[in-house]
Amino acid sequence: MAEPLLDIQGLKTWFKTDDGLVRAVDGVDLRIDRGETVGVVGESGCGKTVTARSVLKLIDMPPGRFEAGRILWQGRDLIPLDDAEMNKIRSREIAIIFQEPMTSLNPVYSVGEQIAEVIELHQNLSRKQALVGAADMLKLVNIPNPERRVHDYPHQFSGGMRQRVMIAMALSCQPKLLIADEPTTALDVTIQAQILELMQEMKERFGMAIMLITHAMGVVAETAQRVVVMYAGKVVEEAPVGALFGDPRHPYTQGLIRSIPRVDRSAGQQARLESIPGTVPSLLDPPPGCRFAARCKYAMEICTQAIPPLKEVAPGHRVACVL
Amino acid sequence: MSRQYIIRRLLIAIPSLLGISLVLFTILALAPGDPFEELATNPAVPPEVRAALRAKFGLDDPVWARYLHWITAMLQGDWGFSFVSRMDVDTLILQRLPVTLIVIGSSQIIAILVALPVGVLAATRPYSLFDQVANTFAFIGFSLPTFFTGLLFILVFSIQLDWLPFVYRADIDATGWQFYWEHIKQAIMPVMVLGLFQGASLVRYVRSSVLDVIKLDYVTTARSKGIGERKVITKHVVRNALIPVVTLVALQMPIVFGGAIVTEQIFRVPGIGSLLISAMLANDTPVVMAVTFVFACLVVLFNLIADILYGWLDPRIAFR
Amino acid sequence: MAGSTPVSLSADAAAPAAAQPRKSRPTTPAGEAWRRFRHHRLAVASAVILLALFAIVALGPFLWPVPINEIDFSAKLQGPSWAHPLGTDDLGQDLLARLIYGGRISLAVGLAAMIVAVVVGILVGAISGMASGRVDAVLMWVTDLFLSLPLLPLLLLLTYLFRDSVKSVLGPEGGAFVLIVVVIGGLRWMQVARLVRAQFLSLREKEFVEAARALGASKPRLVLHHILPNALGPVIVAGTIDVAAAIIAESTLSFLGLGFPSDIPTWGSVLRDAKDYLDIAPHWVLFPGAAIFLAVITINFIGDGLRDALDPRRVL
Repeated sequence: MAEPLLDIQGLKTWFKTDDGLVRAVDGVDLRIDRGETVGVVGESGCGKTVTARSVLKLIDMPPGRFEAGRILWQGRDLIPLDDAEMNKIRSREIAIIFQEPMTSLNPVYSVGEQIAEVIELHQNLSRKQALVGAADMLKLVNIPNPERRVHDYPHQFSGGMRQRVMIAMALSCQPKLLIADEPTTALDVTIQAQILELMQEMKERFGMAIMLITHAMGVVAETAQRVVVMYAGKVVEEAPVGALFGDPRHPYTQGLIRSIPRVDRSAGQQARLESIPGTVPSLLDPPPGCRFAARCKYAMEICTQAIPPLKEVAPGHRVACVL
Repeated sequence: MSRQYIIRRLLIAIPSLLGISLVLFTILALAPGDPFEELATNPAVPPEVRAALRAKFGLDDPVWARYLHWITAMLQGDWGFSFVSRMDVDTLILQRLPVTLIVIGSSQIIAILVALPVGVLAATRPYSLFDQVANTFAFIGFSLPTFFTGLLFILVFSIQLDWLPFVYRADIDATGWQFYWEHIKQAIMPVMVLGLFQGASLVRYVRSSVLDVIKLDYVTTARSKGIGERKVITKHVVRNALIPVVTLVALQMPIVFGGAIVTEQIFRVPGIGSLLISAMLANDTPVVMAVTFVFACLVVLFNLIADILYGWLDPRIAFR
Repeated sequence: MAGSTPVSLSADAAAPAAAQPRKSRPTTPAGEAWRRFRHHRLAVASAVILLALFAIVALGPFLWPVPINEIDFSAKLQGPSWAHPLGTDDLGQDLLARLIYGGRISLAVGLAAMIVAVVVGILVGAISGMASGRVDAVLMWVTDLFLSLPLLPLLLLLTYLFRDSVKSVLGPEGGAFVLIVVVIGGLRWMQVARLVRAQFLSLREKEFVEAARALGASKPRLVLHHILPNALGPVIVAGTIDVAAAIIAESTLSFLGLGFPSDIPTWGSVLRDAKDYLDIAPHWVLFPGAAIFLAVITINFIGDGLRDALDPRRVL
């Protein structure tokens, strides 16, 4: 098997707070191959975002700390790298876009300047050439009048347009991996579809891999080839998208899928829309055993005693559950 | 930034100037007795001058007419006559104003040069030893009244160490290079006293503003670009953090002018601040009124400069 | 507000931690504020020092019954000694007694001017916040106007113009006191007014005020029982800082010779008398200066601690 593009092994990212140690990411394994779209799903606070930011080492340290694990980027561990070496990877090889397009751009610089900043740095171009490149990128992400719009400031763009600018900025150095951290959550439904479509289009054009972080199962079903389900800082299930939706094994995954409203069924046929009772447990002093046990309707005695390891139930389909 | 924005700011400054003039005039009008009463007992003032003065200020007219009269006279540059100094008030003030502006201007530059790096550095390492030391010094700095720091400086640098002169002299009998050196030497203490006082509160503003900005999303975006931490701070944090600081500095201006008056008085700097005090002690009312009005105008002017800076720093403002 | 725990951590990871109740948390808002205040060690130390300063100033005349104006040329310009712990001035007057007397004036002026500023500020802010519309616009214009007035020149101008007439009504010391307090307070109410108005605007729409209104609470009752208590935290912080600012303002006036009559010793006027003897009697300058500095810095630190305790969202 070819070497994976990104291979996260046993990553633990912990935070020291006044109240104690928060184990935001607690032993996560995650693999992304070249050109592959991997969906990472779970409720808010389950560690998706911290995992994503750990890859680019965008975690504030302190209070954050890598407690254990490796982040292998094309076989090279990123954790021991210093800031200067990381900066050669950021944007050039791995780029990231965030949830809030309204706050992710600096309000005091024009969007052109902000895109050009990346191009100038990583492609050794002059400011002038970089600005031309920025306009080209805006054109690529379907922003009308790109030559004029490069000089506009973020507040002159709508939310959807700003997310396009963010995508243009992230792709301006043709990275091998794009981390999209809830890229559509803050947008209107119609705009969401456009942005997902744009990401798909860009992926086909540049052939990069995408790590798509979201809590919307529908988005994952449409775009990802493989899905990783996270719960309370751990991976609970991992499967190709078809297997995950067709044969979910973990009770948490089953709950997530049942909580998607279906419009293709009439009200009579509609299975009761379920919600998962309870909330994500504190990552402060997590109980021993399966972290989902308290909310799981199948929970047994052994579930509260030891953490079940991920085991393969079908090719490429792994579950952390005793069932 | 558009020219429109600057013009709009200029237009907004006019009502505040009028408002300030109104406040000043009201104070004068409410003041008990005749503000020119002292002149009556002053043998240096001939009776016909007194009568002319009363007529010019229309002291027997209704209040609003007196205000209009006064404000037109002020606008026409007819600021009255100082009987103590025996010259026109506007000439007197124009003589003294440059010194005050130089002292205030250089002290502001010192304040910014000290406060900006210290505040930014403290904010990037919150709760570190550096931060705590900087914070403590800032507290000491703005808790020390300028008149006390001034005396302490004289005690240490003039009396104990004998490095710097403690009386400001306008008539320095030296030429060329020596002349400028003497001027700089005598300006060091007043400028430092004022600059450090202002810098101390500025450090806290800069620090808290940087702390607010540094956790915003676009700073993470900037970090993800790989441009390096130093550039992230200087380009993406400091400029944004300065926007609220500019407003706070503008709000501080009235206090800075107060500090300037005290400093000028201690070091006997011949500026408009020491002129105000000596005019008050000598009951020279036209000078007192005019200098107070000049101070008010300076505050408005500095607010205007702050507004323009604000528009330059924050493109969102200029578009509004 | 009382339910939030300040967690300095990226939001994503903090969410589950903040949701968890803290062990041994005091239940009342006052207890919570005290817990946070205690955390600020410099503020606690300052509170102790300031209380001691108040005690010295209040009880001093009983513990150190030396007259403030006993002239003794044989003991002039002496440094600290057992007979005169803080030394003497150029007339041989005892500095300790004079500074105790001056401290009473400075601290009293500071407190009284703060009360004036807070009362005026609350009135203007409350009227502005309740009235809205044109009244609000005019009041806020006046507030902004006052914020851009040159403070010290106006202070000087007002005391200069009104000194004599107030003196004739209230006597030299009382007159100066009332005039200085009113003038300082009257030029420092703006921040409190803005804070109170801002609270009004944000709280007016909040549910519990709506609910109280729906239950038929009258307007003054609404203001007194629901809105003002919520604005209290920031106002207390601003008021504390105002005490320090008023002490500096009064000392400055006295230092410039335009405050209290020259025969009444205040910290500022003692400094004024001392400044020409810097070279031969530095103690005369250092002790009153240190007294002002100590009072001001302790009040500022207490203000900082109170801000942590009462108004945790604001950093400055």
